[in-house]
Amino acid sequence: MKNDLYRKRRLINFINLSMSLMAMLFGLFWLAWILYTLLKYGLGGISLGLFTQTTPPPGSEGGLANALYGSAVMSLLGAAIGTPVGILAGVYLAEFGSKGWLAPATRFVNDILLSAPSIVIGLFVYEMIVIRMGHFSGFAGAIGLSLLVIPVVVRTTENMLRLVPNSLREAAFALGAPRWKVIMFVTIRSAKAGVLTGILLAFARITGETAPLLFTALNNQFWSNLNSPMANLPVVIFQFAMSPYEDWHKLAWAGALLIAVGVLGLNVVARMITVKRESA
Amino acid sequence: MQQVGMQSKISVKGLNFYYGNFHALKNVCFNVPAGAVTAFIGPSGCGKSTLLRTFNRMYELYPKLRAEGEILLDGQNILAQDVDLNLLRARVGMVFQKPTPFPMSIYDNVTFGVKLYEKLSRSQLDERVEWALKKAALWDEVKDKLKQSGYSLSGGQQQRLCIARAIAQRPDVLLLDEPTSALDPISTAHIEELIHELKSEYTIVIVTHNMQQAARVSDYTAYMYLGELIEFDLTDTIFTKPSKTQTEDYITGRFG
Repeated sequence: MKNDLYRKRRLINFINLSMSLMAMLFGLFWLAWILYTLLKYGLGGISLGLFTQTTPPPGSEGGLANALYGSAVMSLLGAAIGTPVGILAGVYLAEFGSKGWLAPATRFVNDILLSAPSIVIGLFVYEMIVIRMGHFSGFAGAIGLSLLVIPVVVRTTENMLRLVPNSLREAAFALGAPRWKVIMFVTIRSAKAGVLTGILLAFARITGETAPLLFTALNNQFWSNLNSPMANLPVVIFQFAMSPYEDWHKLAWAGALLIAVGVLGLNVVARMITVKRESA
Repeated sequence: MQQVGMQSKISVKGLNFYYGNFHALKNVCFNVPAGAVTAFIGPSGCGKSTLLRTFNRMYELYPKLRAEGEILLDGQNILAQDVDLNLLRARVGMVFQKPTPFPMSIYDNVTFGVKLYEKLSRSQLDERVEWALKKAALWDEVKDKLKQSGYSLSGGQQQRLCIARAIAQRPDVLLLDEPTSALDPISTAHIEELIHELKSEYTIVIVTHNMQQAARVSDYTAYMYLGELIEFDLTDTIFTKPSKTQTEDYITGRFG
């Protein structure tokens, strides 16, 4: 069949398809390279000792146990503080923010917070908490991380709630359900998978954040509690990678590999939740 | 307007409705007879859904919509400011165009509205669920999977679940907003049979853009055009000898 219009459309289709394919390959190439480098240098450092021993002084045996512990504690606490605040604010924006100036203003400020450089957050917490307490602490680190969680969770919660069709809200209101019940048992429930995905992505983001911890939790060579400076993977990697010591370098690579695999894993889980929701 | 000799459940008096500046319902007056099926027909945009949604004040969910006039439900003006909207909506059930199962089990879907206004024991709830699902002609298909998600059902089953959910609350009035427009012919037939079954106990108001459906299921029919109620009468009268030529033109398919 000969048809000029059709031939032209096929050509345009081919060109566009090739360009998006190349864009994808370009992105994947760097990801693959990063993962390859991490595996190449980091895999050798993975051992049982990595998870049981604390960060060593130069020249001696050691692991990353205290840093892993600190990262886990601060990230979990940060997510625990930031998630409820973020969900509540997101629900407000999606379900109550149809009139007035407060919702648009909140949304605008949240967008600024979302794109604020994390080092600014770190400095803010340093001024507000570290200086007042007189010392660095794991608690200040968790607060810093929670400030990064909030805007991500606010945004995803609002977006996911907006995807819930109004007909579903109407159906619940039509039964005479009060507003809070409609939101709690119908709207949030149908957006559950999306909201959960947002929380996971926010968590993945803070596990790799260095800047806010540099000014708040700093680092610690030993096990510590939340009231004192606390070791954490990103800062340990930063310090060990900058050092002139060969064995510290090895630990830094191993730590970087752990973070990368962890973040990748969280993202894959988040994707799987989304896909499951779409097919449900 | 010809008054039909039956007890009325809802009296609409001088009802005007506005979407912002748009005048969507113009001085609508008529009575919805009790214990019968009343159908609203008319071309798209004529205001039939708008009229239906004033009966449970659904429009209150959105800004800039307002109704003026009176709608008396058993003599009480439901447009009055002091009417409790939740209690009103518990009395006036509604089923929508598209099936709207809630993200929970079939059982919880049916009990959602019941639990809002009645304190029932577990066994009473079980009985109510069975009763409502049997009324909605869905019981045999779901009795072994009450714990499964409402989303696991087919479209027609989901719509019958929504009807079960609405009647489980035992409302006085059931509003059906094009309840079969998203369904296949077999599911549609199911739902039409259901409407026949239910009308002895409920006052039913149905919006439909399918004239044959109005003729099949309703006892009374209101024909609307451009926000006005043109004619309201027994369905048989409307479809055989309407008093207005406008109605006749629409019924015979000369326009619309």
